[in-house]
This record gives sequence, C-alpha cells and structure tokens, in this order.
Amino acid sequence: MIRFVVAFVAAVAAFPAWAEINIKEVTSPGGIKAWLVEEPSIPFVAMELRFRGGTSLDLPEQRGATNLMVGLLEEGAGELDAQGFARESEALAANFGYDSNADAVSISARFLTENSSEALELLRLSLIEPTFPEAAIERVRKQVLSGLRSSLTDPDKIASKRMSAVTYGEHPYASEGDGTIESVTALTRDDLVAAHKGALAKDRMYVGVVGDVTAEELGPMLDALLGELPETGTALPERAELSFAGGVDVVDFDTPQSVALFAQPGIHRDDEDFFAAYVLNVVLGGGGFESRLMTEVRQKRGLTYGVYSYLVLRDLADVYLGSVSSANDRIAESISVIRSEWARMAEDGATPEEVEKAKALLTGAYPLRFDGNGSIASIMVGMQMDGMPVDYIVNRNDYVNDVTVEDVNRVAKELLDPEALTFVVVGKPDGV
Amino acid sequence: MKRLFAAALGVAVLALPAKASELVTDFMLDNGMQVVVVEDHRAPVVMHMVWYKAGSADEQAGTSGIAHFLEHLMFKGTENLESGEFSSVVAANGGRDNAFTSFDVTAYHQRVASDRLELMMQMESERMVNLRLNPEEVVTERDVILEERNQRVENSPGALFREQLNAAQYQNHRYGVPIIGWKHEMETLSVEDAQAFYDTYYAPNNAILLVAGDVEPEAVKVLAEQYYGAIPTNPDLPERVRTKEPPQISPRRLTYNDPRVAQPYVTRSYLAPERNPGDQKTAAALTMLAEVLGGGQTSVLSQKLQFEQQKVVYAASWYNGTTLDETTFDFVVVPVPGVSLQEAEEAMDAVVAEFIETGVDSEQLERIKMQLRASQVYERDSVSSLANRYGRALTSGLEIADIQAWPEILQAVTEEDIIAAAQMVFDKRKSVTGWLMGEEEVTQ
Repeated sequence: MIRFVVAFVAAVAAFPAWAEINIKEVTSPGGIKAWLVEEPSIPFVAMELRFRGGTSLDLPEQRGATNLMVGLLEEGAGELDAQGFARESEALAANFGYDSNADAVSISARFLTENSSEALELLRLSLIEPTFPEAAIERVRKQVLSGLRSSLTDPDKIASKRMSAVTYGEHPYASEGDGTIESVTALTRDDLVAAHKGALAKDRMYVGVVGDVTAEELGPMLDALLGELPETGTALPERAELSFAGGVDVVDFDTPQSVALFAQPGIHRDDEDFFAAYVLNVVLGGGGFESRLMTEVRQKRGLTYGVYSYLVLRDLADVYLGSVSSANDRIAESISVIRSEWARMAEDGATPEEVEKAKALLTGAYPLRFDGNGSIASIMVGMQMDGMPVDYIVNRNDYVNDVTVEDVNRVAKELLDPEALTFVVVGKPDGV
Repeated sequence: MKRLFAAALGVAVLALPAKASELVTDFMLDNGMQVVVVEDHRAPVVMHMVWYKAGSADEQAGTSGIAHFLEHLMFKGTENLESGEFSSVVAANGGRDNAFTSFDVTAYHQRVASDRLELMMQMESERMVNLRLNPEEVVTERDVILEERNQRVENSPGALFREQLNAAQYQNHRYGVPIIGWKHEMETLSVEDAQAFYDTYYAPNNAILLVAGDVEPEAVKVLAEQYYGAIPTNPDLPERVRTKEPPQISPRRLTYNDPRVAQPYVTRSYLAPERNPGDQKTAAALTMLAEVLGGGQTSVLSQKLQFEQQKVVYAASWYNGTTLDETTFDFVVVPVPGVSLQEAEEAMDAVVAEFIETGVDSEQLERIKMQLRASQVYERDSVSSLANRYGRALTSGLEIADIQAWPEILQAVTEEDIIAAAQMVFDKRKSVTGWLMGEEEVTQ
C-alpha cells in the first residue's frame, strides 16, 4: 500500500478566470431580439426559443390544450404530414424539441451549418404553419391519455399533483399542465388552433442562439423563422395566492416506499435577500451530499436515498419545496428529522464554515453549467425571461460572495417557517 | 414544399467531419493503467474519471449488489480522507462528483476547473488503494442502498417487471441479476464482502483513467504517472471469464400483474451477440436494424403499428452492443385502449415478419446514416459524452482501434446485412416475451 502524506487542502482562495462567454445582443431587421454567442469551432447551431405563458394560458375547462398543441407542432405542418416532417428532419440530421411547462413553451433546435436554411425552413413550418390534422390529434391525444393514466398510479406524480392542489388554490398552477383524462378527451381541433395562436406570439418570445453563425447572418434568419408570428397572444394569468396549512397530508396508496414532498413560502428572485436565501438553501438541503438534510436523514440514519430542498422560482409564485422518500415504516422518522432541522436552522442558523463552503460550491459550480452550445443557449433564454442583463454572468458569483453569515442567519429566521412547512405523503406510512 | 426538401435530401451527403477521434490521445502507464485524454479547450473545465473493469456481473453468487454498495462506500473514509471528505473537497473546489455502477463497470467522476485536476488525481488515487471501511457506517449505508432499491425498483412496477424479464433471459449469466442486487441478498451484504470486491478489482491494471476537457495530454501523463503510476499492479487480478448461457431452445414467457400498472404493455427480447474486438460487423448490423425497425417516428414499427394500424401508442426496438458478454435485442409495444396485449404482440410479430420479407427502405437507411455522421459533429460539443463512450467500450472488452473504426463500420452496413442480422437473431426459441398488466386486465 502506498501512503500519501500530503494533506488535502480544502479551502482554495481564488477560482480561475473562466473563459469569457461573449454574448451579443442582436436585433433583426424585423425587430426580433436575440442573444447570440458566436462559436464557429464546431459546424452546427443550437437555438432555444421560449414563449412566456405555457400551460398556464389554458382555459380552465380546456386544461391540457397547450400541452397537446405543443405535442402536435411536428405532427403536420405546411404540406407535410407527421411522417413527412420526421423524414425531412432526419434527412437533415436536425433535432427539434417541443416542450411546455407551467411558465413557457420551449423549442430547442440543433442543426448543421451546412443545411441550416433547410432546417430553419422546416422549423418555421412547425411554428407558423402547423396543420393539426385530425388523425394526428387522435394519435397524440392517445399518447397523452396513456401518460395521464400512468400518472394516476405513480407515487411521485400523485404527490406533486396533491402538493400543487393544496398550495395554489384557484390558480392554473394548482392543476397539472397536461390536463386530466376528462379535459384532454374533450379538447377539439379549434381549441388547439386557439391555443397555438395564443401561446406563440412575439410579445412573449425570447431567443438564445449559440454556434456557427454570425450576428449579421442571424438577423435575417430570425425574421424568416419568426417574422410571421402574431404580435400578441393570450393575456398572462395573475400571480398565484399561496396557502400552506402545515401538518401532514397523507394520500393513501399501496406501495412499499412513501414519497413525501414538503413546502412553505419561498422568496422572489428580485428580493434583496435572494442570494442569502440561495446560500442558506445549499446549507440546508440544496448542496447534494453536503447538506444538513442529507447528513442527518441519509448519512447518519440511512433513512433515504435522497432528500433535497429547492427554491422554486416560478414566474407567478415562489415556493420553498423539498422531497424525500423512505420505506413506509421509516418515513415518520424522516419527517420528524426534517422538521427539527428546519427549526434548528431557523433558530441557530448556519456556521461560518458552512456558509463559506456553500459559497464555494455555488461559485465553483456556476461555470460548469455552461457546458455546450445547447446549455448556453438555454441559460441565455432563461436570463432574458428573468429580466437579467447580459453582464449578470460576470457578476453573479460576486452576488454570492457578498453574502455574509449574518445575512444567511437573518434570512433563515425570516424565511424558514416550521409551522407552515406542509407535508404531502403518498404511500402507506406508519405513524404519520 | 416537398421539392425543396427533396433537394435537401440530395445534398445530404455530409462528408465525415473532422473526426471526434482526433481529439483523443491514449497511452498506458507502466503498471498497466490505461489513460485516455479527450481535448476540448473551449472552457477551462475538466472531467476526471476512473473506470474499473468490475461491475455487478463480476460479483460472487450470493452477494448481489456488492459492486454498487462498494461504490457508495468509496465516498466514506480512506487512510487520509475522513468519511465524506472526498465530496466535500470537490464541492469546496467548486466541483461536482458522482459515480455509477453497471453490469460491466464501476466508474467515479468529477467535473472541476481544469487547474484542480491534480487534486482530483491525488484523492482518486488515494481511494484506489487506501479505503478504510468502518463497520458502523457500512450498516447505515446499507439502509441507504435498500432505500435506493425501494425508490428505483420496489416503487415501480415497470422496474420490477424488467428485473423478472432479465432473470428469465439470463439463466446462467450474471446479467440476469439486478445491478442494485436482490433485496434479500442486499440485506446481508457485509464489510467483508465489500473489502473482498475492493481487494480483487480495484487496482491500476484493472482501471482506466479518462480525462476530458481543457487539458494537454502531456500534462495529464506527468500527473497520472505521479499519482496513479505509483500504485503497484495487482498480480492476482482474475481474468474476466464469466459463466455462459446454455443454448436457449424454448421460448420463455412471463406475465406480471400489479395493481399499480395503469398502462399495460408487451416486451420481447432476444439474446444477441455484442461488439467484440476486431469483430463488430454483426453488432453494427444489429445497431442499424434497431434503428430501422424501431428507432423513431419513421421506423417500421411506428409507421405500421402506430400510424397505419393505429393499434399502439408507442412501439420501439433497441440494441446495445457495448457489453462484455452476450447482449439482447429488445422490443416494446404499448397498445391503445381496446387492443389486447395478445393482439398487440401478434401485430408486432406480423410487422417484423413482413419486414424481413420486404427488406429495408434504402432512403430510411440513408437518413439514419446521415444522422450518425452528424452525431460526430454534435458529439464534439460534449466531450464528456465522448469520454463516456470510450469508457463504456474499453470496459466492455473493446480496444481504442475498435472504437475509432465503429463509425465507419456502421456506415458500411448494407440492407442485406440488416436483414441477415434480423434472420439470425429473431428466433422465437431464443426469446423472452413479457406482459405487464394491472390486476383487472382481461386477457383474451
């Protein structure tokens, strides 16, 4: 056996200078704004489009319309049917992803430089000229319904559905964006056409592009791709009113391991204490193996494979959410440990060492996110949606480093609310 | 509009790009540890990985799950590292670390700023030889892996079903035993089991170092020699010879009923040859067969079953040839309501039989080849996935030359090769068919 006598030095003062990500703000001749990073070293382009609103734009009786509509964009467009569209994109080796969540419709595209105009024309067809053929509607509807049936017996889905229902009251966030078996069954082609018109509009559109394209080339490209979209769409919902009853809400479901979610009010990204809360969360439950929740629930007691907490920043609500799962006869202990850690942090706060470690983790991990053209395009779109300036990337680690242990502990007292911490448990939990 | 795209099809001849393999350098340390470096200088980040040629299929009978359990325990103490210190140091240096276990490999990896590479090597080489297992921690961590099994398997009827299917497919080979382990054996895993697996397999001559990112191969070599090169070879490393499957002479079927199943489906698997050094043609044909038959929206199964007959919501086939021993070719069909599993299975069989009769659509094959060529462009944007591909292949018995020849072998596959591969593998006597159903499902 070799003996290593070198000590492992944990604390390192300065992080290296990260490669600069040079973002250009481009405005097309037609007035479409985009953020661009020119990256000519690999002959392809990654493009991320996002339309604010997403499934929350659904009318209450048409829950699932946006989700089904987005699923149909590549299932018939222009003169192409679903198979024709797929054949063309395969032949170009272009990849288009269409997705929706409670805050946005997202389109992720990746295409080769050598056939970029053909690929963009194909993408344009799907965004501007989807045809929603009846046969495709029925086929994709069946897929959505199959997913909905499966989620009825999936403990993770049951838990998140229940948590949304008890948290968000009358807001669209209170129900699932993919709708219910009843609502999706009832959707008509007209509903989908209306959902398309209402969701994909220029006044809520954000564009990020990274790859082998110049600012001069991009402008006309964007006009050709997006110029025909309507100027405006469906009005966005108001902010959600949240309620947290405290206590434990059990959904009886016969499965060996109970799945639990816990939640309380969160904090807005624009709040001056946001970064202190962010650091606090890393110490409490957001920092992977190192967090207090992981240490207490997993490392010391072996009660779970994973316990995490997250500051959930939605456009219209801010929630502090957590998750854990333990065997039915052990979940009660997990919940009790989480509650006491929540209270301990509120009362005693974090130690200076914990805060420094959390800051090192956050500042060090931030540059690791920029790991490819697609990731960078996605980050840039997210920044635009959150109203951040281009130089946020450069300054972000300073915001983290400026947080003091006093900030963290003051915010811990103000933010953490063990009384409001509400648990939803799905399973056959003992002693809960 | 069609014409425009037809023109595009005509020019879809993307020359093989600057090959991804040009980013790759490899060499061997004196103690038998292989090193592969993948360069990407766009950002000052590096992925540091050590892959051990030891996975769950290398376990002794009765200790299923020990490879994965040991992976967890590797984050506990070593002679010079406190329990949890490894990850703590990575985090304090702004990095992320994790590990995974599969049938053929256990791998540990960290993503950090490239100037922290030496620190990673220092720590990873330490735990290659200086692990110190603490009996109390081992017992607690065993509860963690049992909860992991609860989460991944016991709570998921689909995962329980897959375990049963695998066990039916492999009757004499350890691929039939779940990677995470059978629950009753996991409950008895001991410090001694973990230590024995560690002592047998964790050695430089059974490991591959993969470094991907903003690094120079020469600099990696100097560091690798300093940290890993100092560790002695394990002269007692066993040869990787595993029990073989007996010839399968009868089809196997199983049905799993679970009230938690809301969407029933049918699966089918056939034993199939894997990629072997210097002999990858059959595996290449099977790879293309899986794409042609069930690789996506325009595949034969989707076209026939989903679009034409409208009997399924989803149909797919897949094949993973990057394994050490004999692998499988797999199908799944998920029927629409009103179509029984029997009917879905028969429809799937009929489509496959018809496909073998009528042959491969040459345009479809060309589209798949175009996408494979393009994937070499896209892959350069993700050196960690490129490094993973090397790691996976090198721990499955393949050599660097095999990995680098693979894209061209795929491009050379003909329509006839694909049909011949289908005829060879789709032998009902060598199949396992599974039905996953809820409790109420009525069979016809």
